[in-house]
Amino acid sequence: MPLLTVDDLSVTFTQRGERDVHAVDGVSFTVDEGQVVGLVGESGCGKSVTSLALMGLLPSRGVRVGGAAHLRLNGGSGAGTPDDTIPDQEQQGSVDLLAADARRMRDLRGSQIAMVFQDPLSSLNPVVPLGLQVTEILTRHQGLRGEAARTKAAELLERVGIPDPRRRLREYPHQQSGGIRQRALIAMAVACRPRLMIADEPTTALDVTIQAQILELLKDLVHNEGTALLMITHDLGVVAGLCDGINVLYAGRVVEAGPRSALFAAPTHPYSVGLLHSIPRLDAPRGEPLTPIRGSINDNIAWNDGCAFAPRCDRYTEACLEGPPELRHRSGEHLHRCVHPVGEGHQEGPASGAGPAATSTMEGSG
Amino acid sequence: MSQLMSADTGTNEAAAGGSSLLEVHDLKVHFPIRSGILVDRTIGHVRAVDGVSLTVERGSTYGLVGESGCGKTTLGRAVLRLVDITDGQVWFDGTDLAHLGSEQMRRQRRNLQMVFQDPLGSLNPRQNIQSILTEGLQVHGLSTDRQDTRRRIVQALDDVGMSGRALSRYPHEFSGGQRQRIGIARALVLEPELIICDEPVSALDVSIQAQVLNLLEELQRERGLTYLVIAHDLAVVRHVSDTVGVMYLGSLVEEADSDTLYAQPRHPYTRALMSAVPVPDPTVEDSRERILLHGDLPSPSNPPAGCRFHTRCPWSQPQRCAEERPELRTIAPGHRVACHFAEEIAEGTLQRN
Repeated sequence: MPLLTVDDLSVTFTQRGERDVHAVDGVSFTVDEGQVVGLVGESGCGKSVTSLALMGLLPSRGVRVGGAAHLRLNGGSGAGTPDDTIPDQEQQGSVDLLAADARRMRDLRGSQIAMVFQDPLSSLNPVVPLGLQVTEILTRHQGLRGEAARTKAAELLERVGIPDPRRRLREYPHQQSGGIRQRALIAMAVACRPRLMIADEPTTALDVTIQAQILELLKDLVHNEGTALLMITHDLGVVAGLCDGINVLYAGRVVEAGPRSALFAAPTHPYSVGLLHSIPRLDAPRGEPLTPIRGSINDNIAWNDGCAFAPRCDRYTEACLEGPPELRHRSGEHLHRCVHPVGEGHQEGPASGAGPAATSTMEGSG
Repeated sequence: MSQLMSADTGTNEAAAGGSSLLEVHDLKVHFPIRSGILVDRTIGHVRAVDGVSLTVERGSTYGLVGESGCGKTTLGRAVLRLVDITDGQVWFDGTDLAHLGSEQMRRQRRNLQMVFQDPLGSLNPRQNIQSILTEGLQVHGLSTDRQDTRRRIVQALDDVGMSGRALSRYPHEFSGGQRQRIGIARALVLEPELIICDEPVSALDVSIQAQVLNLLEELQRERGLTYLVIAHDLAVVRHVSDTVGVMYLGSLVEEADSDTLYAQPRHPYTRALMSAVPVPDPTVEDSRERILLHGDLPSPSNPPAGCRFHTRCPWSQPQRCAEERPELRTIAPGHRVACHFAEEIAEGTLQRN
C-alpha cells in the first residue's frame, strides 16, 4: 500500500453570487515511501491548492473539499519513529487527511507530513528568531525544551548545510540569505522526520546555483531518510532531475501521468508536448525555434463541455468537445487524458484551424 | 557624475565608424551607504557595477546573465541613465550618454527604450492602453497629429500581436503575457534603435514565455532592432542572444558568442552556472557533470580581494586568486575570460579542489 493515496480530490471555491471555481477537479495519485512525485503545471492549474488541501490549510469557509487522501501511518516498513501522540487505534491504519479534524491535523502536521513553501521570507515569522521557530516544532511534537531543543535545532540546521548554526539560531530571518532561509524551512520540515514532505515550488525564488544546492539537499534527504516527497513545481527541468513519478496538471485535472523516463521520452498529451517545446533548452542548438502553446489559460473551456485544453490545442477536433475525456492507460503506468494523443495515428498539425472558443476570447493574445 | 561634461559630446572616432551601436567603457556604478541621524555620512559603497566594458553590435542581441545581486539590472539602468553613473563612458551611436545633460539625455531616450520585468508593476493601472502608448510620443513631441498618433499606436499593438480593441482597456484586464506585449509595444512605438529588456519573461508562465521570446525575435528580424537582454535564466539568454556576457559581483567574468559559451565555457563560474541549469530531459540530468557551488554571493559592499569568485570557486588556487584580480582577457577571437587559470582548467592540468 502506498504511503499516500489521493483519490478523486476536488477543491471548489464558492462565493455567493459568483460561479463556483473548480480549482482541483478529481485528482488522484499515489506516493510511495522514499519516492519523489512531481505535480507539474502552470499557474492556475491547481497544484498549490492540492498541497494546501492535503495539509488541511485551506480556509474552512467558501471551500468545498471532496475525495479522500489516505496517509498510511506507522506500522509499515518505513523508517519513521514511533510517535506517542498517535492514538493506538491508528497505529496500524491510515488516516484520511481530508476528513481529520483540526486537532488531529495539528498532530500530524510537522510529525507525519511537513511542508516547504515557496517564499521563505514570507513563510518565516519576521519578528521571531530563527532558533525559536525551529525549536517550536521540536517542543510541540517531541516535548524537547531548553538546551536539549536548542542542541537538536542546531543539529538540524547543520544537517541541511547551514554554516555556524548556533549563531543563526539567535538571528532573525531577514539577516539570512534566500538560500539559508530556504534551508531553515527545510530543517523545520524534516525536524520530526516526517514520512511525507510536500515542497511547493521550493526553489522558484532562488538563484540557479542556490537552486542546485537545495535540490541536492532534498535528494539527499529523500535518499537517506526514506522520506517521501511531493514536489510541486512549474519547472520541467527540476522535475526531470528529481522526480520518480510525474503528474502533469492542467485546469485542475491530471492530463498526463507516468514515470519520468517514459513521460519525458514520449509525452503524449499535447499540453505536455507543448510545454516541453516552449522551454528554451540549454543544450539545444542556438536558433532552434520555440513552439509556444497559443493563447493562455483564460481560453480554457469547462471540463464538462469537453477537453479544457481544446481551445489552445493544435490537434483539436469536434471529438474533443464530446464530454470530458477520460484518463486512459497508454502503456504500463503511463496515463493520459486526451482524445487525440500525440504519436497515435491522428495526423499531425492543426486539424481545423483555431480551437472552438479561441476566436472570441483570444483577443490580442496572438 | 565624477567627471565634468566634456566639450565634445558629439562624436567619438571609436564608436562612429564601426558597426557597434552601444559601447560601454569601464562603467562603474557605486551606491553610497549612508549612516547617521543628523549628519549624513557615507560609510561605504555598494559596488553594483564595478568596471564593465562591452560592445553591442547593431542589429544583434547581447545577453547579460548573472544571479541576483550581480549588477546586471543596474548596468541596464545605467545605460539609460536611470541610475547615476559613477565613472566610465556609455557610447551610443557616437554619443557619450554618461556625460550628457539631463535634457539631452531625455531626448536620447527615444532611441533607447526599456522593457521591464514586471509587466503589471511597470504599467500605470489608472492609464488605459491608449494613454500608456501615447505618452511616449507626446513626451518626445511626436504626437502632433491625432490621426497619425493613432495610426502609430495601433501599428505598434499590431506588431506585438494585439488588436486595436485593447486601446480603451486597462492593464488589469489583460493576462501577464498580454501585459508584457503592451510593455513591448510601448517601447516600439517610439521606433527606438536599442531596446533593453530586463528579465522580459521571468514573470511569465513557460508556455507564454515562448510566445514573448518568439515575438522579440520576430521584431528584430523585421526591424533590425538591437537588444540588450538581461536575465538570470541562462537557457533563455542563450536562446535569444548572439553574444552572452556572464556577470558576477559587478563585473563581467566571461563573454563569448552564444554557441562557444555553451560548448567551451572557460570561467569556473560559467561552468557552475551551466551545470546548475536544469534540463528537461532525465537522461541528460542523470548523466551530466554537476559543479555545486558552496555558500552564497558575497556582499557587493565588501567584495573579496583578488578574484571576486575565489571564495566559491572549486578551482581556486591559494595565492594568486586571493590577491590578484584577473583581467578580462581575450583567449580566442570574441571570447574573453577573467580567470588566471582558464587554460589550465580547460586542459585539465588543474583539477578541482
